[in-house]
Amino acid sequence: MIFLKRQLPLIITFVMGVAFAVQYYIPHPVSEEAITRVSKWMQIISGFALALGLTSLFHVHAVKVKRRVPGWGYSVILYLAMLATVVVGLFWSKGETRVDGAQTAFGWIYDYTMVPLQATMFSILAFFIASAAYRAFRARSREAGVLLVAAVIVMMGRVPLGQFLLPWSWDIAQWLLNVINSAVRRAILIGVSMGAVALSLKIILGYERAYLGGGSDQ
Amino acid sequence: MILISLLLIILLLLGAPALAVIPAPEGFLALDTPNDAGKSLSLVWKASPADRAGRSVQVWMATSPTTPFKKVAEFPSNTRYVKPGDFPWWAQPAAKGDHYVKLGSSQTFPIEDGIPYFVKLLVREGDQEVWSEVAEATPAPNLFNTAQINNLVFVVAFTGVLLASIAAARRNPHVHLRRIAGLDAVEEAIGRSTEMGRPILYLTGSGGMDEVSTIAATVILGEVAKKVAHYDTSLKVPHRDPIVMAVCQEIVKEAYVAAGRPDAYKEDANFFITSDQFSYTAAVDGIMLREKPAANFFMGSYFAESLLLTETGAGTGAIQIAGTDSDHQLPFFVTTCDYTLIGEELYAASAYLSREPVLVGTLRGQDFGKAFIMGVLVIGTLLATIGVGLHSDTFDYALDLFKDFK
Repeated sequence: MIFLKRQLPLIITFVMGVAFAVQYYIPHPVSEEAITRVSKWMQIISGFALALGLTSLFHVHAVKVKRRVPGWGYSVILYLAMLATVVVGLFWSKGETRVDGAQTAFGWIYDYTMVPLQATMFSILAFFIASAAYRAFRARSREAGVLLVAAVIVMMGRVPLGQFLLPWSWDIAQWLLNVINSAVRRAILIGVSMGAVALSLKIILGYERAYLGGGSDQ
Repeated sequence: MILISLLLIILLLLGAPALAVIPAPEGFLALDTPNDAGKSLSLVWKASPADRAGRSVQVWMATSPTTPFKKVAEFPSNTRYVKPGDFPWWAQPAAKGDHYVKLGSSQTFPIEDGIPYFVKLLVREGDQEVWSEVAEATPAPNLFNTAQINNLVFVVAFTGVLLASIAAARRNPHVHLRRIAGLDAVEEAIGRSTEMGRPILYLTGSGGMDEVSTIAATVILGEVAKKVAHYDTSLKVPHRDPIVMAVCQEIVKEAYVAAGRPDAYKEDANFFITSDQFSYTAAVDGIMLREKPAANFFMGSYFAESLLLTETGAGTGAIQIAGTDSDHQLPFFVTTCDYTLIGEELYAASAYLSREPVLVGTLRGQDFGKAFIMGVLVIGTLLATIGVGLHSDTFDYALDLFKDFK
């Protein structure tokens, strides 16, 4: 049992990790075929894993309905919406959003409920950016003051009215973005890349095992 | 008579360029394209001072020298040169400045591996034309990309440095670690949740288990879960990916066992919401507003949902700790969270929280790697600048060692 739970995953991780690190240096079609095949395995596993997700979803909401926790009605609506979408998709729409160019009932549900709801959530972002920017630009410290000045210059340099009022703002905004911003971003990316390589090596070599559960000391 | 002779000589001199014979391509070679997956050929020939836009080069191919040749490509004679940076000096099929053309398999002329092909060039300008000699080559796939040998050497060297650092850390476990405020605040956040009697919300980001940042997020979850179990606080981990959920269920369960509180573990601490980005965001925002967690953790990779999540969390007054390698979302996290683990700090978190010598040793190895990169950046910038000033490509031999060639 310990072998199945601990050693086997470590062996698989080591073998696959080394194999696909080496694969990067092999241009042969066999190497390309191997990575394509493994990608398909991952898709298949993800398909099966969705059953796990659905089981969890049903369980969480079933408990809410059973215990009549506040807002349990929303869980009932979730069940009804899921059931309606599955039934309409399977029996009235052949699982397609369009058949012969005509929108199916399933397509109608997607286009007129899912898409507007997603767009609504995304559009809220504009207001959240405004409130977050207000909080960030309150010049409480020297660093926040520098941020405020830089942000004002970049904003002025990016809009026609700003460029009209402050003609020099475009050049300074470009310099801030291309030099200061890019330098810092690259520094972060170099650190991220080194960290990712180091963590990958730790996982491949079996030093980092916490993701298997039970901490790193097992 | 003398006048007529002079006139003829002058006319001959003036019309010389028009009447000159087009030179045949010099040093024409066909070869199997190096470092490729096969089904392609490369053609190489010397550049000529007479190359110009009005003169074209046609490539003709056949499967045997006796069968009819077929035109497969045409381009001006002053194009398709080997430019600096195209190939590393240790794997260049042609010298810099020579002509280089790669022919791939196409519907016009399919190229198969293991079959010899015959190629010749036709150079033409106006009514004049000249053929090159016929060259032969057989395409084949390669087992190793020699252009990436520098990359392999650095990976092997970095692995060696990491292993040496781990060995050193085992001998001397007292390695100094820079203080990371965000990780020090984990204990504070969990303590605050316990005092307030509110749950802790932990998100593992939008990536799957194939992303390093998600693995880092799950590793940190293990450490957080141990402390949560110790304080007997409620933990909620909503998921977007069922596989990540299954892994996190195991990690949290084992953390409760390790903390000596297996009885306190709740199976529904990890739960799946949906894979859809904004539906997930709406659901998590709802949890934040209804259950008002006292501490929110945002670890892993994020996209447009980052600000929607953290701004809502900030509105509820929760202490917020974020850690991400998504550099494009960092400004949002820095703005709205109390603590942010920037980039590599996310990967260092498991070593920092566990203080295990083996894991801490790798951080030192990373520091050696970063010191090396900084040295290369400084020396490389100097060499490249001097090379440009002196109009010399001598330093390219050194600079090529640090370039990424495909």
